[in-house]
Amino acid sequence: MLRFIVRRLLLLIPILFGVSLLVFIWIRLLPGSPAQALLGERATPQSVAQLRHQFGLDRPLYIQYWRYLEETVGHLNLGTSIKTFRPVTEELQTRFPATVELALAAMIFAVGFGIPLGFLAAKRYGSAFDHGSLLASLIGISIPIFFLGLILKYIFSVRLHWLPSIGREDVLAIRSHPTNFYILDAIINGDPEALWDTIKHLILPAIALGSIPLAIIARITRASVLDVQNEDYVRTARAKGLPPHAVDSRHVLRNAMLPISTIVGLQTGLLLSGAVLTETVFAWPGVGSWLKDAIFDRDYPVLQGGILFLAVVFVVVNLIVDISYAILNPRIRLS
Amino acid sequence: MGLKRLGLLACFAALGVLAMVAAAGGGTSSKHASNALVFGSASDPVIIDGPLVSDGESLRVVDQIFQGLVGLKPGTTQIVPLLATSWKASTNGLVWTFNLRTGVKFQDGTRFNAAAVCFNFNRWYNFPGPLQNSAVTYYWNTVFGGFSHPAQGNPGPDKSLYKGCRTKGQNQVQLLLTRRSSSFLGALALTNFGIASPAALKKYKADAGTVDSNGVFHPSGTFGTQHPIGTGPYMLKTWQVGNKLEIDSWNGYWGPKPKLARIIFRPIADNAARLQALQSGEIQGFDLVAPQDIPTVKSNSNLKILDRPAFNVGYVGINQAKPPLNNLKVRQAIAYGLDRASVVNKFYAGRGQVATEFLPPLVQGYAGKGVAKYPFNPSKAKQLLQQAGLTLPVPIEFWYPTSVSRPYMPDPQRNAEAFAASLEQSGFKVTFKNYPWRPDYLARVQNGEAQLFLLGWTGDFGDPANFDNVHFGAFNPQFGFHNSKLFNMLTAADSETNIAKRVKEYQAIEIYLTKYLPVVPYVHSKPALAFQKNVVGYIPSPVSLESFATVRYTS
Repeated sequence: MLRFIVRRLLLLIPILFGVSLLVFIWIRLLPGSPAQALLGERATPQSVAQLRHQFGLDRPLYIQYWRYLEETVGHLNLGTSIKTFRPVTEELQTRFPATVELALAAMIFAVGFGIPLGFLAAKRYGSAFDHGSLLASLIGISIPIFFLGLILKYIFSVRLHWLPSIGREDVLAIRSHPTNFYILDAIINGDPEALWDTIKHLILPAIALGSIPLAIIARITRASVLDVQNEDYVRTARAKGLPPHAVDSRHVLRNAMLPISTIVGLQTGLLLSGAVLTETVFAWPGVGSWLKDAIFDRDYPVLQGGILFLAVVFVVVNLIVDISYAILNPRIRLS
Repeated sequence: MGLKRLGLLACFAALGVLAMVAAAGGGTSSKHASNALVFGSASDPVIIDGPLVSDGESLRVVDQIFQGLVGLKPGTTQIVPLLATSWKASTNGLVWTFNLRTGVKFQDGTRFNAAAVCFNFNRWYNFPGPLQNSAVTYYWNTVFGGFSHPAQGNPGPDKSLYKGCRTKGQNQVQLLLTRRSSSFLGALALTNFGIASPAALKKYKADAGTVDSNGVFHPSGTFGTQHPIGTGPYMLKTWQVGNKLEIDSWNGYWGPKPKLARIIFRPIADNAARLQALQSGEIQGFDLVAPQDIPTVKSNSNLKILDRPAFNVGYVGINQAKPPLNNLKVRQAIAYGLDRASVVNKFYAGRGQVATEFLPPLVQGYAGKGVAKYPFNPSKAKQLLQQAGLTLPVPIEFWYPTSVSRPYMPDPQRNAEAFAASLEQSGFKVTFKNYPWRPDYLARVQNGEAQLFLLGWTGDFGDPANFDNVHFGAFNPQFGFHNSKLFNMLTAADSETNIAKRVKEYQAIEIYLTKYLPVVPYVHSKPALAFQKNVVGYIPSPVSLESFATVRYTS
């Protein structure tokens, strides 16, 4: 197991090198430049040329890439935002926890509802509940997140005034955030009011963001349970007289969990890469909306540093998924 | 069936959470604190240091903390005393003497005086290389034009309008210029030239920093992020990037005490999200309401719309470097062929006014009379094209931007389509070209690639030079013409210090522009702000220089 983990971590090096090169070339292939984006309507050919020179964008690409590697690898520095002057690592420290918190909340919602829904649909295969859950999951996959977000906000914030529509906490509250994980901070500070406030702010964006993973998880769970429950060992367990709940939990669900865990892992990795639409609709200060703005601003250091960081996250999440396979199914040999 | 129970439990848990939320008595902050106001901004400020920013969200905060020598009468572009109580230009226009307000302190307790004014001007003039590019110090570059120690490629003292600063005792200061200019007084009203505490600038290392290998300046000081110290009615309390920025009223303020103790700026990038936050009571106001949202706000009895006076111009640009647009008759045909009234009536939700001149009516120098007018007249347009010796239809490339909405151009595509239809009636054959607004469209238009294009301008300060000279004061690739008569007229008008004479010169320029037709202006539009109905005292300014100090709640 240890050798597997080390090998996978070593694989990070070529992956990150490849990602850095791809991102570097991709953002330079986009039309326009940071100089033009920063200067906007007020640009003149002279000011654009001057700024390009200052940022070294008038140098050959290989020199620019070498300097970028020097800064990133040599000085372990992801750079400074061209637009805000803030270091990329400093921005990540505040934005990534927001994304993690939202992604985990969305996954808890998706798993918490998706697995029971899929399981029950499989157990009642062909029933109205089964058809209903299939239809609901189809809607969940099809409905655009921003639309769902706006509808949820209209019902629960604008009409009912039950839940907040924007941000991570009550704007009038004055609280310290030592970790920038607001739930954790509330627990550390022993502040139940802050905890409840944070949870309230999480509910709507988590539902909006979790709707698609929920639908996918429900469908995978249904298919997987249908598959497993007809296996010989399940029939044997039933024939041995095991109570139905024991058969379901020990034999059916556990074996059905393998594809589900793959999907959960992949979806978590995707959500951790930032949820642009959800973050925008709910004014959630996460990584997704930050990178979206950086694309419009052609903020090369933010794009290069941010995407590199997310690549690491994605690989690590996938590693965790692979390890969880071994735990769920000892027959799998990681080596 | 344990898992079935689990599923049901999960459903009940979710319903339970919602019920608890409902029972808890409202999850939103609709119950605003009576002494605080939450304003939805489109983004965080870049930095809270006036000379280093040019975006609206930074300036909105800077406006509350810093003050300049002169200000603007609320809601107008009329220059009024602020930190200077009076001023006078020497007869040659090269020395401006300002008498300073006494008894004013900075928010760190240090005294505002002539030395502080000179310290600030000299700071700006001596900005280090990385801060000299126009992306950072746009307004210094635009108004004063040069730096004492320019980095390679940047303008130096030979291009600078600013020559020096002289103190005359504690309460009088003289600004020395290298040439006559009267637009500079209007420019001094910009919050960018607000006077900061010299002690704080030094203590918090406002200009210190390093340049990384990408050439990006990384400030090491905390002046612009944690300790922006000015003389204004509010001071920074806290700034959590991406979450909120809070300013508190300052007890030592020399003027009337602000009505509200705290203003909170909350970044909400999405228009629809800002509107919903206003509807739910989480914010009490926001700027730049999308035209399509105005009816929604107006139909809500708890909300209201405030109009910002029109201080912009939307125009159809003409690139004379692309024949046959170098022919005046063709440009006139375009002007007659654009159905401007119809576009303004259809696509501006009643907030547009058909433009007949480049300057908005609010700006001194607006002619009003004597300008050439071009009512929509397809047959006249065709006649002009034939007089120009062209065969109809005349092919023309019409550019418009995508992914953008500006106050002067809320829906560029629909504007372009309507204009194309009217041009085709008038003897042209239109081919469209479009690119995303930023940076592609702007870059291509500014480089002179477009033939006929949609663009516009919102004024930075209340001076005609900020409109006319910026666009037509020298050769500009996007318009592609060399007209020394026009260039000289604009230079002379900008350097005229006799206000009445200057106004007349700009009026003559406006009339000339309508005849020469470097562009066809078509709209001046009023941007909208939305507020809760019980918020009063917010006075929209044409140049967005708006103070929260007078804002309060009605009972």
